[in-house]
Amino acid sequence: MFTQHTVRSFDKELNRLSKEIAEMGTYAAHIVERSILAIMRDDQKLAKQVISDDIFLDVAERKIDEEAILIIARRQPMAVDLREIIGAIRISVDLERVGDMGKNIAKRTAVLSDVRQTAAFYHGLEDFAALALKQLNEVLDAYACRSLERIDAVREHDDEIDSMYTSLFRDLLTYMLEDPRNITVCTHLLFCAKNIERIGDHATNIAKTVHYVITGTYPALERPKDDQTYRLEIGKSRRIL
Amino acid sequence: MSSELKIKMCGLDVKVSYGKKRALHGITLNILENKVTALIGPSGCGKSTFLRCLNRMNDTIEGALVTGKILLDEEDIYDSSVDVVELRARVGMVFQKPNPFPKSVYENVAYGPRIHGLAKSRVALNEIVEQSLVKAGLFSEVKDRLHDVGTSLSGGQQQRLCIARAIAVSPEVILMDEPCSALDPIATAKIEELIDDLRRNYTIAIVTHSMQQAARVSQFTAMFHLGNLVEVGTTDTIFTSPQERRTQDYITGRFG
Repeated sequence: MFTQHTVRSFDKELNRLSKEIAEMGTYAAHIVERSILAIMRDDQKLAKQVISDDIFLDVAERKIDEEAILIIARRQPMAVDLREIIGAIRISVDLERVGDMGKNIAKRTAVLSDVRQTAAFYHGLEDFAALALKQLNEVLDAYACRSLERIDAVREHDDEIDSMYTSLFRDLLTYMLEDPRNITVCTHLLFCAKNIERIGDHATNIAKTVHYVITGTYPALERPKDDQTYRLEIGKSRRIL
Repeated sequence: MSSELKIKMCGLDVKVSYGKKRALHGITLNILENKVTALIGPSGCGKSTFLRCLNRMNDTIEGALVTGKILLDEEDIYDSSVDVVELRARVGMVFQKPNPFPKSVYENVAYGPRIHGLAKSRVALNEIVEQSLVKAGLFSEVKDRLHDVGTSLSGGQQQRLCIARAIAVSPEVILMDEPCSALDPIATAKIEELIDDLRRNYTIAIVTHSMQQAARVSQFTAMFHLGNLVEVGTTDTIFTSPQERRTQDYITGRFG
């Protein structure tokens, strides 16, 4: 990817950091996938497994942090190397949070099991999670090949997540309006949706970090937000969008 | 860039040859007033050669030919009317190895003001010597040893003595050619601290092989390679996101 340093062990250290971020990314996505699967299949065993597996990401984040600090202390990195290292620290924080989101979703499997509903209730969440994960994976791919075009392409899709979240929010509100007995399941599903929406935000953060790693500058500040849920209210919900 | 920045010295298409060998291929670079400008680049890139042009030190090297213009406050320092001795008082220099005269600490500092007739009396000279040593951050360490020979001081103290000697003739610009490369980290830190103080009153150009030092002490950085100016910019930009591949490769340790 880069020409080599005169000091070869520096290259090894940077490559290791980059590889660990890739592994962390794969694992974080895997945790989220399985948490959704646990909800869809009402699989308590899988949910427990996901909750306990999240520790891997906590450990990985700390390891990357320590390695990055050591490299800074040892090599006094400059320019692109410095950006690589700062990027790794930031991305690992986002990925650790993505894992937490997956864990939070998995935790709701138990209560959702008590108020099981027809499959229709869950499909929106499944599709939404698939979209957020696609976004996350694309960002991680763009990081792996340090591709500015791919990062910019990913950021074009940010608003898809927002509009899907708004639409899912509206559907769940509708279910609740139809029958108050749906309130428990829909509330929990709303929280799951919120968690997935957060995963999209973390993917966006990572995209910004990758942009910084590659160019040394951040992309233009805040795109206009398309998430409309903060305006949604009962009775008016049908007028939104 | 803020409008307060004033150009103190300016090289315009400066070319230098040593005999048949071309050392600089036409450098155009501004040295801004009350700023520290770091010149970096691998050995043999021409950074010291450029620095030495700024007070005509290259005049003393046999076969050195300088063309182009170097302006100090918009006056060409290579103009035939310029008194080189006076120029070197206005543009002082500190070298890689501390080189105090084999005389007392006091005499090292007093020499310049004396030959330039800057002190009207013994008292005035004493005042200049003391103030120069204070500004160089050395006075408290040598005030009881003013009549010891300069070379009896530690390396770091000797280098600060050389800075005091340069300051004593009230220069406007101070050129430093790797001033810390022969010093330990503590002595280096003291010089770096001093550089930061000095820039309030002087304009400084420094050649350094330490990227970290350039990043710490300077506001502007110029990257040289093979006798060319590759890139110049604010130090913050050069060390976080340089525009040129050669700058990037050099400061990150990929060549040089």
